[in-house]
This record gives sequence, C-alpha cells and structure tokens, in this order.
Amino acid sequence: MGQILPYVINGVSVGGQYALIAIGYTLVYGILRLINFAHGDVFMVAGLVMVYATASMPFYLALPLVLLVTVLLGFTIERVAYKPLRTAPRMSLMISAIGVSYLIQNLAFYITGGIPQPVTNPIPWISENVSLLGASTKRVTLVTPVLTILLVAALVYLIQHTRIGMAMRAAARDFETAQLMGVKINSVISMTFVIGSFLAGVGSMLYFTSYPSVAITSGGMPGLKAFVAAVFGGIGSIPGAVVGAFVIGLCEELIKGLGYTTFSDAFTFALLIVVLCVKPTGLFGEKVTDKV
Amino acid sequence: MKKLFAMLLTLALVLSLAACGGGSGASGGSADSSSGSGSGDAQPSGGSGSNPVVKIGVFEPQTGDNGPGGKQEILGMQYANYVQPTVDIGGTTYDVQLEIVDNRTTPENGPSAAAELMNRDVSVVLGSYGSGVSSAGGSVFQEAGVPAIGVTCTNPQVTSDCDVYFRICFTDPFQGPALASYAYNGLGVTTAYTLAMLGSDYDQGLVYYFKEAFEKLGGTVISEEFPEGSSNFVSYINNAKSAGAGVIFAPVSTNYAQLIIEAAGAQGFEGSLLGSDTWDNNKVAESTVGKDVSVEVTTFYQEGGNEEFDAGIKEWMNANSDALTNNGGNDMVSAVTAMGYDAYFTALEALKAAGSTDAGAVLAALPSVSYEGVCGLIEFDGIGDAKRDQAYIKRANTETGAWDFVKVQGVE
Repeated sequence: MGQILPYVINGVSVGGQYALIAIGYTLVYGILRLINFAHGDVFMVAGLVMVYATASMPFYLALPLVLLVTVLLGFTIERVAYKPLRTAPRMSLMISAIGVSYLIQNLAFYITGGIPQPVTNPIPWISENVSLLGASTKRVTLVTPVLTILLVAALVYLIQHTRIGMAMRAAARDFETAQLMGVKINSVISMTFVIGSFLAGVGSMLYFTSYPSVAITSGGMPGLKAFVAAVFGGIGSIPGAVVGAFVIGLCEELIKGLGYTTFSDAFTFALLIVVLCVKPTGLFGEKVTDKV
Repeated sequence: MKKLFAMLLTLALVLSLAACGGGSGASGGSADSSSGSGSGDAQPSGGSGSNPVVKIGVFEPQTGDNGPGGKQEILGMQYANYVQPTVDIGGTTYDVQLEIVDNRTTPENGPSAAAELMNRDVSVVLGSYGSGVSSAGGSVFQEAGVPAIGVTCTNPQVTSDCDVYFRICFTDPFQGPALASYAYNGLGVTTAYTLAMLGSDYDQGLVYYFKEAFEKLGGTVISEEFPEGSSNFVSYINNAKSAGAGVIFAPVSTNYAQLIIEAAGAQGFEGSLLGSDTWDNNKVAESTVGKDVSVEVTTFYQEGGNEEFDAGIKEWMNANSDALTNNGGNDMVSAVTAMGYDAYFTALEALKAAGSTDAGAVLAALPSVSYEGVCGLIEFDGIGDAKRDQAYIKRANTETGAWDFVKVQGVE
C-alpha cells in the first residue's frame, strides 16, 4: 500500500489538472460543436503571465491579474477568430482554431525568445513540501483535486440554477431555437469561453507550481491529454470530462509505477482510439440524434 | 467589395508579418545572416570594411529542446568573433563572418539547415549542440566536402560515420564511464537508476556507456525511458526510490533536467542526481536553489579555469542585452560557451594552416591542427575526435545557484 500511495496521490493530482483544462474543451464543444484547439495555448499563456506577474508584483495582485488576462484572452479569441465564422461551415471554425493556436505559440515565442521561462516565485504555501503517510510531496498535489472538485461543483450549480446557466443549456440543446426564443447567443458563447479560460487559468497556476518553467510548448501535451479526457468522458458533458481526466491521470501514473514508463503516453492515445471506435459518445456523452 | 476587403486584410497581414520577421532578425537572435553581420557591427571599426570575407557556418539549435544550449554555444563563437574579427590566410587579411542557421534541435530539420549553410558558401562549419542533429547534418557536409567541427556533440557516431566531421570535446564512451566511476568509486553507490528520452541518440548512447561501465564495476542499473514532451517526473523518481537507487543518472536536455530536479526535490529523493554535459547550464543550477537535492554533472570547462576569458566574456555579455538574455539572464559562463569560443579559434587555426578559404584545403589541414584553448589542448586523433581523457565534475550549490568545482574525473 505504501508502495503505490505516491503514485495514486500524484495520479489524482495530474487528473485534477487535466480536468480543469478538459472542462474548457467540453463546454465549448457542448455549445459551438467546436474543438477549441487554442485552449492548450491559453493555458500556456496563463503560465507565462503568472511568471511575469509574480516577478513584479505581490501575489494578491498577481494572481487575480493572471485570471483576468486569461479570461480576456479567451474572450478575445472567440470574438476575433470564431464569431465572424458563426454561419460558416464547422470545418472553417476548426481551421481557424488551429490557426489561433499557432499564432499564440509564435507570439509567445517572439516574446520569450523560445527560452523556457523559469517560475522563480512559485505561489507560497502550496509549493511547500509536505509528508503524507511517509510519502513526500508538494502541498499543491493535495490541493489540486480538492480545488478542482469545488470548482466543478460551483460550475454545475451555475449551469443548473442560474439564468445564464439555463441559457447555456438551451444553446447546447438547440442553437437556432434558443436564438429564436430570445437567448442572447453571443453573450452565452462569450460566457462559456470566459468560464473555460478562467478554469484553464486556475489549472495553469496549479500546474506551474509543480513544474519549474513555462515553455511555449508547455500547453501542448496537457492540452492534448485533457482533450482525450473530454472525449473519453463524453465530449459535451462536464462530469464526463472530470471523471475522464481523473481516470487518465491515475492510469498514466500507475502505468509508470508498474515499470512500463515507455507506454504511459501511448496508453492515453490508444484509449482515445478505442473510445472513438467502441463508444464514440464516451462515458457520459449525449446520444446523437439526427434532426429532421 | 467583401472580396476586396478580404484581400486587403490578407495583404496587410502578410506585410506586417514580413515587418515582424525583419524586426526580429535585426534584434539579433534569429537565424538569418543579419545576426552575423550584426555582431560584425559591434566590432571596433578599424577600416576593416574593405577586407575580403571568409565565412564560418554556425550550425546550432536556437529553438526546440536544445535551444537554450545552442544559444549559449553561439555566444562563445560570437564573443570569439568580437575578440578576433579577422584572420590572416596566405598573407591576406580576411574579415570573419559568422553565418548562423537554426537547426531546430531535431534530426529531421538538420539536413535543410545544413544545406542552407552550404548555399551560403561557408569554408568550415561549427556545431552542433546535440548529437542527433549533428549526425543528420554530417551527411550534407560530407556531400559538399565542407569540414565541420563539432563543439559539444559527444555521441561517437558523429565523427565515426562521417569523414568531414571533427570534434573538440570528449565523447560518450569516455563521459559515461567517467560518471560511472564517479558514482561507484567516488560516491560509493552500488545501484543506479537511469532515465533517458525515447528516440534521443544522445540520451540513449550515454545511458548505454554508463550502464556498461557501472555493471563492469560491480553495480546494478535500472533503466527507464520517458516519451518526448513529458513534464511529470514524480513517478519516475518514486520508481528510483523503490528500487533503492543511490544515484539517478539522466543525461537529458536542460528542460527535462529542471523538471527532474523539481520532482526529486518534491519527492525527497536522498541520493545524487547525475547529469552529463547538457546539465551544465545556469538554469539547471538555479533550479536547485532552496531544494534538498544533490546535483553533480560532468562538463568541459569550469568557470575560473581561465580568468582572462571569464572576465572578457562577462564584460561583453553585460554590455549586450541580447547576449545576456541568450545566456539565461545572468553572466555565468557555461562550459558550452567556452567550447564555442575554442571551436571558433580552432577553425581560424585550420584556415591559417590551409592557407586558403577553400573548404577542401581546410579539410586537409584540420587533422594536423593543434590549439591550446581555454578548455585545454585540442588535437585530433585518426577519427577526428579530440584527444581528451579528463572531465570536470561540478556540483550545484543549492544556496547560491552556482556551480562548485568538485574534482577532475578520469575513467578508473
């Protein structure tokens, strides 16, 4: 038991990080039917902003600023790159998303000069080491899953019990009809991007507390794996994304613990293929019904 | 009307991109020839404008996993070019111009970057940081008959598989066993854990030589590999702990080195982390600050080895903000920078000996070149490797974030 405990703790923590990113994918997909490929890069930008902000101002200013910038970035991306394509075929939207992803990466490259930016001022308290049942780890490892679950609970409440939540559900159910019923579709979509980016910003702060530097490609792998988690859980479903993320995080770390380190990434992507072949709607996904 | 608008927008975008590209080139870090002439501008103008020009190609990564290391190596060459901007070849004084290309770390991109250098008509090539991409570029250099001087690529295949490749550093069949001797005899460790990136020639090669030597000495080795792009090394450290390893040997690039140090600190790994020459980087030393870890690396040069060189390059870097950024934000002298400096002067020696800027003549002259650099004497053996049998071992100081010299290590 003492042997696998460190792997489980770490797996749950990694799962929590993936979950915070995966929600952004799944929310946007639920409403726009768009895989927002730029989401991983929004996550990376949040990390960079954190590095720069914490170096020049106290934490109580820096951290809200990180969230603000991330949210603004998500909002701007939607307004500039996706909104003009609202009536275009879905493929155009997807291509635009890929374009945005590369644009952000290259802008970050231009600013950082391609050199990974070290996290010199990690957030205090959560970056301290603690010992749990004989296993040493950073406090952030324990904080991440708890914070993830709290945020998801708040999000579910928002969606089920508020007006904007109701509008989001309506838009997800039927885009055109919701519009006819007087739902302000543009503000609903902006709201999903704001929420998605906010969670990615929180995820980024937790993620880059554990890791020492932010590179321009830092968003790539976590983004991709969060995407797999969203598909595995059933894209469009928030509980699905969270469960999927925890399953993938745990499996990856346990596979490493078993000594098959070489295959830990291969497993994640093999899972994606299997899910798409066997159960394309994922664990909690909605059934696709063709509208006549 | 809409079409016209779209076309105008596209045009505006293209133009602004072109403007951006030009801007980044002029600011000095980028992969076009303007950075070569840019460093030329910094020279004291002694009426050298009228001299003929000899071109030295710089084949280094500036992006990708090895980007930071490549940039530091280039710094050494640029500083050398600043110190010695001219060379006398066959009685004529030539201005030396560095032609810098970015090989982007990976072997796939090596050949096209190498071909770019050949198009620019260089007499000799320096680089690269990273063995895989050096081998990939080697075939292009061989075809063109242009000699290349490897600076810190330590994999033996770089020179053994390519007639025109020489190198001024030690090789992995030396470095691996030197580290194994240090771990077994110096640290008294009997179980070692190795970590390498899948698909990296450099990592795999070093782990192979380390393992062979360590097992010969009587130790046990557990080897694991991680996929490219990994960021979470916690489980690997746990594997090393549960295997009872006294050292973790991870000859990986600097990005991964920092991640491994972070994970080892968080997991309370009590043994030593051993790194190869790639770990000799300011960022790696800085990332150990305040952590309960012991990081030891083998390298080519220890700051303080040549006071005059140290003082000169520090002054030069501090006067040049781009250079300071490329060095990682401070003026610590990395071993690869010192090696880059030596490589430049070795190339000048070869040009002098050849008496011509013709690549073929330089190639013929290189094997007999002998040069006393800041990192020691450089002479080549039959394969084109430098004759070296000593490596410096240094340890990261977890309080100051600098490197402390430990000992000079040979193979025992």
